[in-house]
Amino acid sequence: MKKIEVNKIPYIEEMDGIHETFTEKHAKKDIKTLIEREASQNKIVASLEEAITKCGLKDGMTISFHHHFRNGDFVINMVMDVIAKMGFKNLTLAASSLIDIHKPLIKHIKNGVIHRIETSGIRGELAEEISRGLMEVPVVFRSHGGRAYAIENGQLKVDIAFLGAPSCDPFGNANGYSRDNDKGVICGSMGYAKLDAQYAGKVIIVTDNIVPFPNIPFGIPQSDVDYIVEVDAIGDPNGIMSGATRYTKNPKELLIAETAADVIEASGRFKEGFSIQMGTGGASLATARFLREKMIAKDIKASFALGGITGQIVELHKEGLIKKILDVQSFDLDAAHSLKDNRFHQQISASYYASPNNEGTAVNQLDIVVLSALEVDIDFNVNVLTGSDGVIRGAIGGHCDTAAGASVSIIVCPLIRGRIATIVDHVNTIVTPGKTVDIVVTDQGVAVHPKRKDLQDLLTKAGIKVRTIQELRDNAKRIVGDAASIKYTDKVVGVVTYRDGSVIDLIYQVDESEEE
Amino acid sequence: MKVVKTGVAGTMESSDIMITVCKSDKNGIDIKLESSVEKQFGKQIKAVIEASANRLQLKDAKIIAIDKGALDCVIKARVETAIYRACESTDYRWGEQ
Repeated sequence: MKKIEVNKIPYIEEMDGIHETFTEKHAKKDIKTLIEREASQNKIVASLEEAITKCGLKDGMTISFHHHFRNGDFVINMVMDVIAKMGFKNLTLAASSLIDIHKPLIKHIKNGVIHRIETSGIRGELAEEISRGLMEVPVVFRSHGGRAYAIENGQLKVDIAFLGAPSCDPFGNANGYSRDNDKGVICGSMGYAKLDAQYAGKVIIVTDNIVPFPNIPFGIPQSDVDYIVEVDAIGDPNGIMSGATRYTKNPKELLIAETAADVIEASGRFKEGFSIQMGTGGASLATARFLREKMIAKDIKASFALGGITGQIVELHKEGLIKKILDVQSFDLDAAHSLKDNRFHQQISASYYASPNNEGTAVNQLDIVVLSALEVDIDFNVNVLTGSDGVIRGAIGGHCDTAAGASVSIIVCPLIRGRIATIVDHVNTIVTPGKTVDIVVTDQGVAVHPKRKDLQDLLTKAGIKVRTIQELRDNAKRIVGDAASIKYTDKVVGVVTYRDGSVIDLIYQVDESEEE
Repeated sequence: MKVVKTGVAGTMESSDIMITVCKSDKNGIDIKLESSVEKQFGKQIKAVIEASANRLQLKDAKIIAIDKGALDCVIKARVETAIYRACESTDYRWGEQ
């Protein structure tokens, strides 16, 4: 070999990292076969304890999880039990969302393992306990887009991500399904996990299905993964997803859905190549069916559907009525199988989906979004987080992200649920600001935000009777009567952030002291 | 009217209320309410039950109500029916004030 003097290279001082001459010891050669490497030189470690130790978990760190296994998730409870047993304290738990199955976290909050929580939402007993003042530090609620933004800009710094994956090869290529076998559970898209894998300091994949390299297609690439732990089970398939989300038979919801489809048709956005997202509530799902008839009748095709994807959207895709699907979260088996099998059903990350950081973010390309609501007030503010009794019982999800991004945002909800009015003077908790909400469709009429005069005119011209939101509120009140207002203490239990991180509302501890 | 046996009306379905009227060893009407909307409508529901019982001049009874968000008109109908059954009366006076 020719003798090279590195320090004599012109302008060497500008070439960062170039300072050494090659010698034989720089080249390494391994003659093991693929199968041997898979067995011996992989990222698989024997236990969660070992992975946690290798990642260097310390008291006070931030750990993250995804919620693609919904109410079938075993990973969060399993990991937290191990972490508690190892004696760690004061951790921040940053989950993309928490559900009923995560109620064992209550004990880890009480014993000081979990210091504070960041999430999109909380349901079940854990939510009730937090509403009653379980935690010293308030929970921070972020939308899916807001969480992505906070992680991207470093405001939410994740030290270790524990990501359950239905399939993973020995080097960390992980996905929400497997093309190699049907042994594992299936969750479809891993959109929320993708982002955590990309930005977390260390990433541990927890799986019950090690498949051969290369596990393609992958949701999470091996370059993002540090360790892999194989466990007996990562989730209960029945809790993760059901066969297909059923169409509602509730006549009230069908009426709302039919009206919503009429509203979409009249909105001026129902044109060849339009884009749409539909939520998973009964009425918003059923809207897909009524819209389908209109698309066939008028020979109009959608360019893409976005969001949490259900079998209904997949059906339209298979019929050629929706050209492409962008899937951050698959809601049923039909959606998961479609992601696996259909070329133009694409898995996307939470950032791609909804981060306000990026002009191209998918929610910004929406013409229409159809969303549910627990409450809407006369200023069009929407609550999807706390129940009418003031207790946390929901999730922000992508609600405020899509409402802001879409050209027309449509809220579908019944006027009353049982004895609870949906259209009220003031929502308990503002999640989505009225400024971004355009149309409210109920079983008793349609209201349009006064600043959307354009939509008001279009709807009226199409023969849809537009009422004021105040009329809808009065209607509801006439049926259910005047509800006594909920009493709270002055302790803050939840900080509700808007997608850019600004605080849009606070959730207080419910006061139960006035029992008669 | 006087309670002679336990009378039940209504269901535990959403938007309904299940009313059980039975004998009481105490004087007056004793109402036990359990409601999914107790915080918002507890007082109102008790007032409607009491008014219905008074209208039918029910004497010394225990009324157990399990409410799943029923509207006032439903509550009235269920309470009156349960009272007629508990008193084994067919002297119906529906809708009279």
